[in-house]
Amino acid sequence: MIIAERKPLEEIAAMAAPYERICVLGCNTCVGVCMAGGEKEAEETAALLRIHRKRENQGGVVEVFSLERQCEYEFIDQVLEKLKNYDQIVSLACGVGVQTMIEHVPSLRVVPGLNTTSMGYPTEQGVWAERCVGCGNCVLHLTMGVCPITRCCKSILNGPCGGSAEGKCEISDDIDCAWHLIHERLSAFGRISDLEEIQPPKDWSSSHHGGPRTSVREDVRIDSGE
Amino acid sequence: MIAGSNLEKVINSGKFVVSGELGPPKGSDITQLKHHAEEMKDHVDAYNITDNQTAIVRTSSIACGSTLVQMGLEPIIQITVRDRNRICIQSDVLGAQALGIKNILCLSGDHQNFGNEPASKGVYDIDSMQLLKGLKDMRDENCFIGGDELESPSSYYLGAVANPFADPFEYRVDRLEKKIKAGASFIQTQCIFDIERFEKWMEMVRARGLHKKVAIMGGVTPIKSLGAARYMKNNVSGITIPDSLIERIKGAEKKKVEGLNVCVETIQRLQEIEGVAGVHIMAIAWEEVVPEIVERAGLYPRPKL
Ligand code: SF4
Repeated sequence: MIIAERKPLEEIAAMAAPYERICVLGCNTCVGVCMAGGEKEAEETAALLRIHRKRENQGGVVEVFSLERQCEYEFIDQVLEKLKNYDQIVSLACGVGVQTMIEHVPSLRVVPGLNTTSMGYPTEQGVWAERCVGCGNCVLHLTMGVCPITRCCKSILNGPCGGSAEGKCEISDDIDCAWHLIHERLSAFGRISDLEEIQPPKDWSSSHHGGPRTSVREDVRIDSGE
Repeated sequence: MIAGSNLEKVINSGKFVVSGELGPPKGSDITQLKHHAEEMKDHVDAYNITDNQTAIVRTSSIACGSTLVQMGLEPIIQITVRDRNRICIQSDVLGAQALGIKNILCLSGDHQNFGNEPASKGVYDIDSMQLLKGLKDMRDENCFIGGDELESPSSYYLGAVANPFADPFEYRVDRLEKKIKAGASFIQTQCIFDIERFEKWMEMVRARGLHKKVAIMGGVTPIKSLGAARYMKNNVSGITIPDSLIERIKGAEKKKVEGLNVCVETIQRLQEIEGVAGVHIMAIAWEEVVPEIVERAGLYPRPKL
């Protein structure tokens, strides 16, 4: 899922400062699950923002509600009329949600209340770890299910590098060396000789480096010409 | 003969080869670097020139390398994959040749996190293995990584690094073999302080006959002070320093002298290990001791080939 963290309150308050009618809009899917921007966090953010504005002698109202998903038009449509009542919407969705909203309703003023960090999963209660950077050309079959593009700090395809020590990456003892994990799993599965092959340079054109990506499935498109 | 560099000639002659290291400054005045180069010129066969070492912005290694060439000396320019994509690296390698540079050492480079621009975007378009293979193909197949042909042939002597002190230990020889396959003609190792572990690694190297396929140069660094030793032990990625060595320096009355003794002893021991082709002396910020180290290790004078 998509993982995000709330921006510091001061930053959100500064974005909202010039406006009177503010809406803090939660999103209950990914960022709800990672406890950054769901209904509960939206309520909390709105409450903090009210206190902050009061202290700063700023008037206006801060209201709050949540959508199932801010990244799909049909969910936005359910509350569209309500949204039009605000001068500014502080979206607690990921960056996709913020952009879906303004693309669907260009007249809305939407600012991000979260920093979207990554795609990953909760490794334990309260800890979310990045596992995919969406490079557009999955290599997990070569690396026993451990992504070197995401988890190796240098995204190398022929690892581990000379900085790997005691299973940890050279940049921090808090980061597992992805290639150490890959080496371990290849050994366990009797596939260590896989590492003999020199993996060629990656074609990054399928990743963001090739420009923004759009996936098209002709078979499921609805022909708007009909 | 591949590129006809002095380094290559000494290696091919079977004599114990010696390289030094020069770190470009954080400014464009390279007088000091030239001075250090002069200082050790009769004592080393070639000089590594680091490429923004530890991710700290410095004068470019190719610019300094070119200066050495003009001085009649022989650089080994380092190229890391941290700061340049394949377009820039290949272009720089062509440029380096045009400037008369004949030796290239390929490495990943320390992560940008370590340096003075930690907010920078790390490139890592290709990895060090792909860099070696890419440069080998540029030279031997006359084609760029993307497959396009070069308009004139390339010639350089290619090297890589190896760290016998990194983990997993059993993989370190596999990795050496892979680097040879990718195109390395010579190898410089990470600084050797744990000679036992290095010897174990060399045993594994010999068992696979790899010492016959590549010239392995053991890396050494003279320890200048107890603080320097502790700093390297704790902060420099890929270096291990046994506690016994720290104790030895600690117990010594004259730390610098002891540091030099350790370095000289290490080189003497390296010369006795079958399959070790030479030594790479990294005395950054203590360059003036290189001649003494080389002489005391019995490696002076250097062969004139
Ligand atoms: S130590 Fe491991 S994770 Fe870190 S850069 Fe090297 S191979 Fe990648």
